[in-house]
Amino acid sequence: MITYLSNNSETVLAALRQHITLALIPVLLGFLIALPIGYLGVRFPWLYHPLINVAGVLYSIPSLALFVFLPVVLGTKILSPLNIVVALTIYTVALMARTVADGLRSVDRLVVESATAMGYRRLRRLFDVELPVALPVILAGLRVATVSNISLVSVGALIGIGGLGQLFTRGFQLFYIEPILVGIILSVLLAGIADLIIVLVQRAVTPWTRVQRGRA
Amino acid sequence: MNLTYLFDAAHWDFSSGSIPQLIVSHLWYVLLALALGTVIALPVGLYIGHTGRGSFIAINAGNAGRSLPTLGLLMLMVTLLGLGLLPVLIALTVLVIPPILTSAYAGIRSLDPGVVDAARGVGMRPLQVLFRVELPMALPVLMSGFRSAALQVVATATVAAAVGLGGLGRLLIDGLAVNDYSRVLAGAIVVAVLAVLLDLVLAFAQRWIVSPGLRASK
Repeated sequence: MITYLSNNSETVLAALRQHITLALIPVLLGFLIALPIGYLGVRFPWLYHPLINVAGVLYSIPSLALFVFLPVVLGTKILSPLNIVVALTIYTVALMARTVADGLRSVDRLVVESATAMGYRRLRRLFDVELPVALPVILAGLRVATVSNISLVSVGALIGIGGLGQLFTRGFQLFYIEPILVGIILSVLLAGIADLIIVLVQRAVTPWTRVQRGRA
Repeated sequence: MNLTYLFDAAHWDFSSGSIPQLIVSHLWYVLLALALGTVIALPVGLYIGHTGRGSFIAINAGNAGRSLPTLGLLMLMVTLLGLGLLPVLIALTVLVIPPILTSAYAGIRSLDPGVVDAARGVGMRPLQVLFRVELPMALPVLMSGFRSAALQVVATATVAAAVGLGGLGRLLIDGLAVNDYSRVLAGAIVVAVLAVLLDLVLAFAQRWIVSPGLRASK
């Protein structure tokens, strides 16, 4: 495996770079889109169940199907990385919209009422009180979305653009185990590092959750 | 983009490569993986939840499992073991183990400790506590983990076609190979419908096996 890596370091690095870009841009985009959608699901309770059901159906579309189907809808080329980005953004939105809604709903009513009593208007209350309190739930969802995105990117290799997934298809075609192993290990490592970063960010931005645990 | 492939009656005759035949082979992979995954993950999850030992494994299994790329695992297994049902089954089972294990553990951990103490107090032995109190009460959480496992495996079983095996991925891979988007669309729609139907069946099963006393409190 070491010889494979040293002989193919450029290919592997390029695949890794593409993998990171293709996985993380959708996480960011999907998160930003899911925030207002999740909020609407809480602001208008009748929207909550339709929201969850639509998200469930979106999530059940196989990634491979979405990757090959989006070019038809978007008019992009089949080999355009945009297809992967849009598809993974859709998955992220499907996952995160529900998490954002559940996170906001988990905020104690008394906290919201106290904020209102202190004179917070709806929008400021949302950003200064409700969202920060909901952060642990929302970030837990973000961890799931990030890790599953990183693992899904490789499926794109079946249509020719899949970051580390290209190492899988190459190894499979050549009946050669090294590139497949390298691809799997790097993909898992990448997911682990991304997950760790979110956990560390969460510890940094929600110090009060640790204080509570210390007391209990 | 059109629906001609999906609604062409010729593609619905039960013959090799027809839509019903692909649905059956797809469901076969899904059911085998879910059954095998449950047999492996459920006892482990219950044990960890009941004893509290090894909870580190249960908490981290979820993310570790999700981060394993199924396509890579499948291609690795085919390269090692050759073509057949076994490599598909291994790759898909690895996919379903984490959610089942994690939800079994979380379901039992989420119970009110007072309930478990009460069960011990009335003289139940550890196994009785597990099977007559903890397991039934953990069922709602457990079932939601099982449902998300089922949803994932239905969608992911399509990659079996990438290594030349059957299942609904055939419509996607073959359709793509010959630029027949009508066939690709048919594959995508059938998989999505199958996933929704399976989830409905499991939701119904959940209502049926979860004690009515627990339903009211939800």
